[in-house]
Amino acid sequence: MKILNYDTVIIGGGPAGIAAAIRTTELGLKSVFLENRDVLGGIPLQCVHPGFGLHYFREDLTGTEFITRLIDKLEKTGVEYIVKAYVHSVEYKDFDKKIVNVITPRGVLKINTKTVVFTTGARERHIFEIGVVGDRPDGIYTAGEAQTLMDIYGILPGKEVVIVGSGDVGLIMARRFALEGAKVKAVVEILPYPGGLMRNVMQCLIDFNIPLLLQHTVVKVVGRKRVERIVVAKVDKDLKPIKGTEFEIPCDTLVISAGLRPYIDLLEKLEVVVDPSTGGPVVNEYLETSVPGVFVAGNALVINDLVDYAVEQGELAAEGVKIFIENNGIPTKTWRKIRKGKSIRLAVPHMVSGERDVILYARVSIPEKNVFVEIPEIGFKMFSFGVRPAEMLRLRLGKEMFSKLSDNVNEITLEVKPR
Amino acid sequence: MKTAELVCIVCPASCNLKVYLEDNDLKIEGASCPRGVEFAKNEVMNPVRYVMSVVKVRGGDMPTVSVITRKPVPKDCIWRVMEALANVEIEAPVEIGDIVLRDICGTDIVATRRVKKL
Repeated sequence: MKILNYDTVIIGGGPAGIAAAIRTTELGLKSVFLENRDVLGGIPLQCVHPGFGLHYFREDLTGTEFITRLIDKLEKTGVEYIVKAYVHSVEYKDFDKKIVNVITPRGVLKINTKTVVFTTGARERHIFEIGVVGDRPDGIYTAGEAQTLMDIYGILPGKEVVIVGSGDVGLIMARRFALEGAKVKAVVEILPYPGGLMRNVMQCLIDFNIPLLLQHTVVKVVGRKRVERIVVAKVDKDLKPIKGTEFEIPCDTLVISAGLRPYIDLLEKLEVVVDPSTGGPVVNEYLETSVPGVFVAGNALVINDLVDYAVEQGELAAEGVKIFIENNGIPTKTWRKIRKGKSIRLAVPHMVSGERDVILYARVSIPEKNVFVEIPEIGFKMFSFGVRPAEMLRLRLGKEMFSKLSDNVNEITLEVKPR
Repeated sequence: MKTAELVCIVCPASCNLKVYLEDNDLKIEGASCPRGVEFAKNEVMNPVRYVMSVVKVRGGDMPTVSVITRKPVPKDCIWRVMEALANVEIEAPVEIGDIVLRDICGTDIVATRRVKKL
């Protein structure tokens, strides 16, 4: 077994990981970057639609173009990386010593490192998590699985499709199925409003005359070998199916697009504190978790709706690693907690220092028009014509805003208020 | 008279727009800013979309290459693009920006993924 020593190990070869690996290498840190698949890139490799990189490259690129550019940048930067590297475990020895045990084609590696950056992405919520009963025949896919089949392998998974969930992935797959000649019979959404961006509702559903069934849910799958039909019902205010409203939709394929959850299995074993509202770890503004020297970025931290945000978080975590190593730990002594006020469902990071500018990512709980997004304690106030749960808020808080704040204030409140 | 209902996607306000068209005379209701009026006008007079798909690749490290129209094409051209792509197969290697199909609906169809030769 080889024993190696590094400043940082970055786990997970998607956009956040690539960005973190480029940045740590640029900052002169001895870094190694691990990916368990045989290629770098992660999910954007199978995203053939445009809408990527408007912030980061200031161009509208497809996911595939975006990630190729990022990988080319990584190769040019000379990042050390290993593919087909399966991280078996991470051991916490001390605040500046962790051991990453990795199984690779070249053998088992034991990597000593001061810090670890987790960029392990998300997993898809599956059919067993959304209360669908009945048969379990062929023809049930998650949206991501359907996307891999269609857009990597060129295989159409089915001809008559029903999609559960109107998040962006579900909407985009509805369009891909329609374009490739399948009949998308319905997109079923349990909430009273679509889960995805409005432009995706327009360009993916309305363009192709695909019905969107709001306040409905799939309650049952029927089929012997293959899906034959599904049973849909209306839901009440508590999102429970209403008896007597059931109807059937004949189809051969059911696509589950019921949202993503941060993939944090290894982090949970390290006993990081988890925020139930994001499903990811609690972090400070350096994206360090409750375990010193363990950082997290991208969808493993919080489900982002733009790849640009995942990349930005990868870079932020890399800068956090640099500061951690230079100061033998993050030097901040007092943190201010971000409290979730009215209409705020989640906010990341959870703690800020006020010592430097910070970017806050947040999601609202309900759609509202003509509102102010506010943090009254520091006088932050931003007008918005409309906020929607599907569209993440990204707020930049200047450090000068914190100067008015007295030292004994240890909490600031993010909230949405009507104009 | 032609009418259409749209949701404006210019900004997050997501205004519900109603468009009435009679002999090239356009009336737009519901927009709270001029950008919404412009959006509705384009959507009704000349709606365009990017069209994307994948085509088979022989001899590459990936079984398909993703492709897109270089420019957005008129909405009623979408199916012409998809039909033209249905039977296309190309040979690896493929680089991003390589032309996969030339001159269709006023644009070219280009590769958006790199496929290395095996």
